[in-house]
Amino acid sequence: MSNDSKGLKENAEGLAESARDLAGKAESLAVQAGEAAAAKAGQAAQAGADAAMAGGGHSVVIGLTVLVLAIFVGYHVVWSVTPALHSPLMAVTNAISSVIIVGALIAAGPAEFTGSQLLGLIAVALAAVNIFGGFIVTQRMLGMFHKKK
Amino acid sequence: MSQEWSAFIYLIASVCFILALRGLSHPKTSRQGNFFGMVGMALAVGTTLLTPAVASYAPIIIALIVGGAIGTVIALRIDMTALPQLVAAFHSLVGLAAVLVAAAAFYSPEAYGIGTPGAIKTASLIEMSIGAAIGAITFTGSIVAFTKLQGMVSGDPLVFPGQHLLNLAIGVVIIALIAYFTAMQPAWAFWLIVLLSLAIGLLLIVPIGGADMPVVVSMLNSYSGWAAAGIGFTLSNNLLIITGALVGSSGAILSYIMCKGMNRSFFNVILGGFGQEGGASKADTGDKSVKSGSAEDAGFILGNASSVIIVPGYGLAVGQAQHAVREMADMLKSHGVKVRYAIHPVAGRMPGHMNVLLAEANVPYDEVYELEEINRDFQQTDVAFVIGANDITNPAAEDDPSSSIYGMPVLKTNQAKTCLFVKRSLSPGYAGIDNPLFYKDNTMMLFGDAKSMTEDIVKALENQ
Repeated sequence: MSNDSKGLKENAEGLAESARDLAGKAESLAVQAGEAAAAKAGQAAQAGADAAMAGGGHSVVIGLTVLVLAIFVGYHVVWSVTPALHSPLMAVTNAISSVIIVGALIAAGPAEFTGSQLLGLIAVALAAVNIFGGFIVTQRMLGMFHKKK
Repeated sequence: MSQEWSAFIYLIASVCFILALRGLSHPKTSRQGNFFGMVGMALAVGTTLLTPAVASYAPIIIALIVGGAIGTVIALRIDMTALPQLVAAFHSLVGLAAVLVAAAAFYSPEAYGIGTPGAIKTASLIEMSIGAAIGAITFTGSIVAFTKLQGMVSGDPLVFPGQHLLNLAIGVVIIALIAYFTAMQPAWAFWLIVLLSLAIGLLLIVPIGGADMPVVVSMLNSYSGWAAAGIGFTLSNNLLIITGALVGSSGAILSYIMCKGMNRSFFNVILGGFGQEGGASKADTGDKSVKSGSAEDAGFILGNASSVIIVPGYGLAVGQAQHAVREMADMLKSHGVKVRYAIHPVAGRMPGHMNVLLAEANVPYDEVYELEEINRDFQQTDVAFVIGANDITNPAAEDDPSSSIYGMPVLKTNQAKTCLFVKRSLSPGYAGIDNPLFYKDNTMMLFGDAKSMTEDIVKALENQ
């Protein structure tokens, strides 16, 4: 009985030992794998950046893809607009076309003052007139439409 | 904010803009749609402000506040009749902003990551010059449209010999300059492109008559979208490209609807000169007899009708008669008369303008019908009440192939049992042609000012 238990204990210890060994190996493998992956990712990122630097060609095609798909979306959405709301449609599209302000903000952003920054600031102000004016006038128009009481 | 994140938020903003347009499919959902539009814009501006490219905030905030305050004041004060001018003026601002952003990208390309001064990527040069050109055309074109709509210059088309040839020549020079600019990148070429585009914007719109302005305003709406998309390519920003495409296609569809409403091809409108032949119109109105009546007669006919369709035109808005008309309609409804409104696609000075003017006068939108919805009902209608409109009711468009408006869809007011026609005189409409409807047996002309005539009819109805 005691012999059995002793043998079992030894076995268990042996198992534990080998488990520890395995765990250590796994750990080192994992570290190696992680390092390799990181290196790969780094290389890939570098390659991507290189590609982006090398040719705007790629981004133009993506841009065209987005443009064409968005035209289709626009076509279907606009045809579903009820003719009674065509004036608000014009006012709101006018407001959202001022999203060009994104480009103006980037021009106006740098810390040191340049001519481009001035151009950007004027464009920001112009687009802001349009954004506030466009959305408010749309809201005013839509507020007038009501059903029969 | 990392680039990945800002691109993701720009995507959300794009979806918001799509939902903004989607909401306009019904008046019920439209206000929610407009709210989505505002959220999208706030996301776009907020995200851009958090990108590393933006370092100095104070001047930007000042520019935003100044512009925002001006826009808010204008939008709150504007009269709804002046809506087309307002939209035209706003389009010009988008055009100018596009030119300025393109110029900023040309002088500080490093801020946009498209190269260094003098060594900008070829694709970016093409994109920025196209963006600047469309922006410049939108700018001057919208200013001309604004001055015509505002009545600051005559609405008459200005035509001179060789006009189209000159436009064509300028267009060719612009394209050649874009090619040269792309190859050599000189600043003078950029500004020459802008200058010539400004000129072409002016020349394109000057020959178009005042009454064709709905098409022009829609077209400029479209251009302002393409300008934004052009700048979107320069910045490699999908939000600008998507929004530009939405706005561009919206404006194009509206132009198409307007052209169809006048049965004219887009090129016919753009090449201009319409309304010129007006002076040569037939002057054989003398021998035909016209039945005219007083406000009391009209009140009697209207009061005894069981259904009335009101056909408003831009003259209603000019005469500020929309409130009086709604009062008259209320009065008729209290007499048990069924009252509806019929709107022609080109009534008013911009798409959907009449609907807004009627809504402003508290006319419920479910009493207002489009041409296709209501045109068959004139047959079963007792009275068609035409006020401030003319050409859109002209039966010659249906039965006189020699008429210059032949083929244009018109409201069949002549099929109603009686047609009451409020008008100052027998003068022709903008198309410069006589309206045979005036001389029909079942037409009664009510000569007078739209507003005072309607008010008199209301009084007559009160006394019944």
